[in-house]
Amino acid sequence: MTQEPILTARGLVKRYGRVTALNSCDFDLYPGEILAVIGDNGAGKSTLIKAISGAVVPDEGIIELDGKQVLFKSPIEAREAGIETVYQNLALSPALSIADNMFLGREIRKPGFLGDWLRMLDRPAMEKRARDKLTELGLMTIQNISQAVETLSGGQRQGVAVARAAAFGSKMVIMDEPTAALGVKESRRVLELILDVKKRGLPIVLISHNMPHVFEVADRIHIHRLGRRLCVIDPKQYTMSDAVAFMTGAKLPPEAALAA
Amino acid sequence: MSQVQEFEKALANSETSVAAFDEHGTSLVKRIQHFLHSTPAAVPLIVLVLSIAVFGVTIGGRFFSSYTLTLILQQIAIVGILGAAQTLVILTAGIDLSIGVIMVISAVIMGNCAVTYGLPTLLAVVIGLAAGAACGLLNGLLVAYMKLPPFIVTLGTWNIVMATNFIYSANETIRDADVDVQAPLLHLFGLNFRIGTAVLTFGVIAMVVLVLILWYVLNHTAWGRHVYAVGDDPEAAKLSGIQTKKVLISVYTLAGLIAAFAAWVSIGRNGSISPSAAVTDYNLQAITATVIGGISLFGGRGSILGTLFGAMIVGVVSMGLNMLGADPQWKVLLTGVLIIGAVAIDQWIRKVSV
Repeated sequence: MTQEPILTARGLVKRYGRVTALNSCDFDLYPGEILAVIGDNGAGKSTLIKAISGAVVPDEGIIELDGKQVLFKSPIEAREAGIETVYQNLALSPALSIADNMFLGREIRKPGFLGDWLRMLDRPAMEKRARDKLTELGLMTIQNISQAVETLSGGQRQGVAVARAAAFGSKMVIMDEPTAALGVKESRRVLELILDVKKRGLPIVLISHNMPHVFEVADRIHIHRLGRRLCVIDPKQYTMSDAVAFMTGAKLPPEAALAA
Repeated sequence: MSQVQEFEKALANSETSVAAFDEHGTSLVKRIQHFLHSTPAAVPLIVLVLSIAVFGVTIGGRFFSSYTLTLILQQIAIVGILGAAQTLVILTAGIDLSIGVIMVISAVIMGNCAVTYGLPTLLAVVIGLAAGAACGLLNGLLVAYMKLPPFIVTLGTWNIVMATNFIYSANETIRDADVDVQAPLLHLFGLNFRIGTAVLTFGVIAMVVLVLILWYVLNHTAWGRHVYAVGDDPEAAKLSGIQTKKVLISVYTLAGLIAAFAAWVSIGRNGSISPSAAVTDYNLQAITATVIGGISLFGGRGSILGTLFGAMIVGVVSMGLNMLGADPQWKVLLTGVLIIGAVAIDQWIRKVSV
C-alpha cells in the first residue's frame, strides 16, 4: 500500500482476569477500504473492535488515528474523533423514538432562547434529518419517524443503527455483525449500504462470520486468531476455505500475508 | 454495485409492494392497548376521573365541590412533590427509599438554621436545600460509581439519614409559633388563597408547577431523553454515547433537592417542624403514587404527569372513603389493590408491539 493507514494499532493487550483477550495485537485500516475482520468465536475480535471504538481501554499498546496517538476512554471520545460503531446489540433504546435514537447523545437544540436557556430539543430538525437519512439509504418503509424503536422489526432496527453510524461517521465506521440477524433481502440492502458508505470515502471495518458476505465486499481480510492478527489476505487471491483454514489453525498462512 | 450472488437472483422477481395484512389484529382491545402504550399517563387519568365520578355519585355534592377537591390537592401536595422526585429515580430503573427521611432532615435543618441559630430565613432554606441535594448526591455516587443496587444504597442511607436526623435534632420539635415569629418565610407554602369556594395553597401550586417543569425537562431536553435511555437499557445508552454515570448522579442529586423542597412545603403545611416525622412512610407513599401513576419499576417508561394523577387517586380514594365513614383500613386495602392493578396493566401494555 502506498497510502498511509488512517488508523493503526500496535501491540494491543487486554486481559480480563486470567483470560487474555488481546495478545499484543496489531491492526491497520487504510483510507477508503473495507477491511473485514474474521476469526473464531473467542478469538478476541470483539475486544479488538471495542478497543478501537473506545468501549474497552486496552491494558497496553498504542492506537494512532491519522498519525496522531489517541487513547479513547469511552465510546463518546471515539465518536468525537469520527469513529462510529454499529454494535451487534445495536445500542438502541427501545422506548425512545427513531429520531431520538439517531440523535442520542448529540441532540440538536432549538436556536435562540428556547435552545440556549430552556435547552429545548429541535424535534422537527432531528426528525427531518433522520427521515432524510433513512430515505437516502432506502433501507426501509417506516411510516412514522416518531414511533418507538421497540415497535420495529429486527431488520428495521438494524437499518436505524446503520443509518445512525453512516450519518455521523467522519473517519471510519465499524460494523459488528451487521447482517447476522437479517434475512436475505435485508442483508443485501445492508451490503449495498456498506458499499455505498465506502463510495463516499469512509473506510469500514466489518466484523462478520458470513464468509460469502466478507469475500464479496472486503478489500482486505484481517484474520484474527488467539488474540492477535494472524495475517491479512486479499480475498481475490484466496478462497473461503483457505480463510477458514487459517483462522481455525488447520493451515499455516503464507509468509507474504504474515508480513502485510 | 455489489455483485449479486447466485441464490439472491431470485430477489429480482420478488414483490416490491409494502407488505399489507388483513386488519383482523386491530380489535378494540388491541387499539386500546396501543393507545395506552403511546400515552402512558392515560391509565391513571382514567382511573382518577372514574374514582372522582364514583365518589361524586355515592357521596353527592358534598364530595363533588371545589372545596373538597382542592382540599384533596392540599393533602397530597407533599407526597406529590416527593413522587415527582421518586419518578426521576424510578425512570432510571432505580428506587429511592431515603427520599422521605431526606425531606425530614432538610426540614429540621431549615428550621434549626432559621429559628435556633437565627440565620436569615432565605439562607436557612438554601442550606436545607443543599443538605437534601448532598444526601441525594451520596446516593448517586454510590449507585453510579460503586455500582451498588439502588435498593440497597437507599435502604442504607434511609437508616443513616434517619438516625442522623434524630441524633442531630435530639428529637426536639420546633414549635409552630416560633417559626411564625422568627421565620415566617418557612410557612410560605402554607399560605392560601380562595377562588370562590376553592382553597389553593402555594404548596399545591408549587407541586403542579414542579411537575409541569419536570414534564418539560423529561420530554423536551436532551437530559430528559437520557434519563429514559439510561433506565431503558443502560448498556445501549452507554454505547450510544450517553454519560450514564453523570445522568445517574444528577438524577439522585435532583431527587434529593426536590425532597428538600418538599421539606419547605411540608413546614408550610404542618406549621411545626418535627424530627419524629421521619418514621412516617413518606418514601412508600411516594413510591405508591409513582407506581399507580404508571411509571414502570423496570425503568424507561411512564410519564411524570401520571405520578401527579397517581397521587391524586390516592388522595381522592382516601378522602372519599373518609366521607363515607369507612374504616381507614379500607383505604390501605384499596391502595394495595391499585398498586397491583397498576403494575399488572404496565406489564400488559409492555406486550404491545404495533
